[in-house]
Amino acid sequence: MRAAARATPTDIAKRFRGLSDRALAWLFIAPTMVLLLAINIFPLLWAIWLSFTNYRANRANEVVKNVGLSNYQRILGDGDIWIAMQTTAHFVFWTITLETLIGFGLAYLIDRKFRGHAFWTTIILVPMMLSPAVVGNFWRFLYQPQVGLFAYVVSFVTGIPSAQVDLLGSVGSAPWAIVIVDTWMWTPYVMLICLAGLRSIPDYIYEAAEVDRASPWRQFWSITLPMALPFIMLAVLFRGIENFKMFDMVNLLTGGGPGSATEVASITLKRQAFESWRTGYSSAFAIILFVAVFGLANIYVKALNAVKQR
Amino acid sequence: MSLTTAHSVVAPTALSRRIAATIVIVYALISILPLLWIFATSLKTPPDSIAYPPKLLFQPSIEGYCNLFTTRTRQTPEYITSLGPATSFCDQVTRTRNMVIAGPSNFVPRFVNSLIIAFGSTFCAVFLGTLAAYGFSRFKVPLADDLLFFILSTRMMPPIAVAIPIYLMYRELGLSDSALGMILLYTAVNVSLAVWLLKGFIDEIPREYEEAAMIDGYSRMQAFWRVVLPQATTGIAATSIFCLIFAWNEYAFAALLTSGTAQTAPPFIPTIIGEGGQDWPAVAAGTTIFLIPILVFTVLLRKQLLRGITFGAVRK
Repeated sequence: MRAAARATPTDIAKRFRGLSDRALAWLFIAPTMVLLLAINIFPLLWAIWLSFTNYRANRANEVVKNVGLSNYQRILGDGDIWIAMQTTAHFVFWTITLETLIGFGLAYLIDRKFRGHAFWTTIILVPMMLSPAVVGNFWRFLYQPQVGLFAYVVSFVTGIPSAQVDLLGSVGSAPWAIVIVDTWMWTPYVMLICLAGLRSIPDYIYEAAEVDRASPWRQFWSITLPMALPFIMLAVLFRGIENFKMFDMVNLLTGGGPGSATEVASITLKRQAFESWRTGYSSAFAIILFVAVFGLANIYVKALNAVKQR
Repeated sequence: MSLTTAHSVVAPTALSRRIAATIVIVYALISILPLLWIFATSLKTPPDSIAYPPKLLFQPSIEGYCNLFTTRTRQTPEYITSLGPATSFCDQVTRTRNMVIAGPSNFVPRFVNSLIIAFGSTFCAVFLGTLAAYGFSRFKVPLADDLLFFILSTRMMPPIAVAIPIYLMYRELGLSDSALGMILLYTAVNVSLAVWLLKGFIDEIPREYEEAAMIDGYSRMQAFWRVVLPQATTGIAATSIFCLIFAWNEYAFAALLTSGTAQTAPPFIPTIIGEGGQDWPAVAAGTTIFLIPILVFTVLLRKQLLRGITFGAVRK
């Protein structure tokens, strides 16, 4: 009765067509949910179950034994896993630091709005749109000692013979080789988001600071940086998540080598799961990575919503 | 302080602008150099591509493209001279290297796979995404924020971690190395982006339009189809391009779950080898052809780029 009393023309129109809003809402949302349940959640549950077993995908006929938490215990005590986590941490830390510094710097300069800035911004954005795998593969050629362009430029600038500039070949420099390619590719991403942050700062705040005779230095630290910070955080979090799970570029550029110098977490996972075929063990490692990314994603969505309010 | 003078006080000086322009342009030129080098390498002959010092000026050749599209076998000079005249430029180039063309390479089928899988999954993801985005935008969905977080979180998962159970599941279902399996998988990954982006676009369309239409006797579905969809065309187009780029560029799933008939271009291109190692001009030729669609899309998308990479949160 109450519904009838509040009935608007829309409600009446709708009632004559049958379905309620609630049913319609589910009709719209359900197909997506069903797909995600089938392709994401069901396999995830399967992986959780596998992580408690000694299953090996290349020996499908072997009896599967429940091994309890022992996979998890072994991972936490496995020295190789900890080395992989350190390699990942090195990669994530340096890529984020470089990308944020260069990206913010570029955004700050582009915000000077010089002539042609839109054109040059588009040029700078190109690398991040490309396939990390296909372009990463080509960087192997650029990095080659002697014949590679990168080695040639380095030797031209520093005077070291080009044949000795072999970034991918030595354990010490290979981790930096992947940092360089990632920084080249993803600095534009950070730049674009920082630029949006800088442009969201209204001019009147700077005008007020100008009236108060605040120095440009002071303006930067008290206005520009704090107001762009939510955007910088957004970029940092997203790059953090992406680089934490980095696989394609590293797999093609170094394959984790030389030795295990660039073996980031995803490469270890691939080696365990698809080369050693330790399916149960690698599922446990996958679940641990899942939980870590899930936690980061949670923070990221909060940051997204914070930026949306602006 | 009126609006007309808004920029007068804080406008950067001419000198600071010039310095900024110089640094940005130098950075842009350096960052674009690897891409120019890919293009240049694709037009070099194999010996030119590995010359020391690297050749800036060279006689352009389409040998790389010939090698990309063909497989070749080495033959004796006598056999080659016994053949009739060369039928094409590629034939001729191959013969000067004491080889003959044996047949087409796998590049075209792999490229076609990439097209089928990218367009198939984009269509499905945008179709499902539009429906779900409309649902979240216009109806009171219980736990909407949690569901949206769940949808986005599926995209954040490490691909290798997802690939282990997917690999086993596809093996059971017979979807291993099939285009259908890849389309389903990419749809699932892309639908999260589609829902988030399209929800932003649909939120911007005033509800009054549909309400007016429904008062005029449209049903909810008719209002969605005839009023909301036409208004959301820009958003749907931008979302489609983002989904296409993802599916086009994706490597991890493709490398682990496809090996033959359904293999896409990204895992194929690195495997192009010639005699005595990687045939870099052919790899560069494949890379160039592979990258051109993305370059076109980037230029088309540049106004929507920010929105796409932040899942619709930053609109400028």
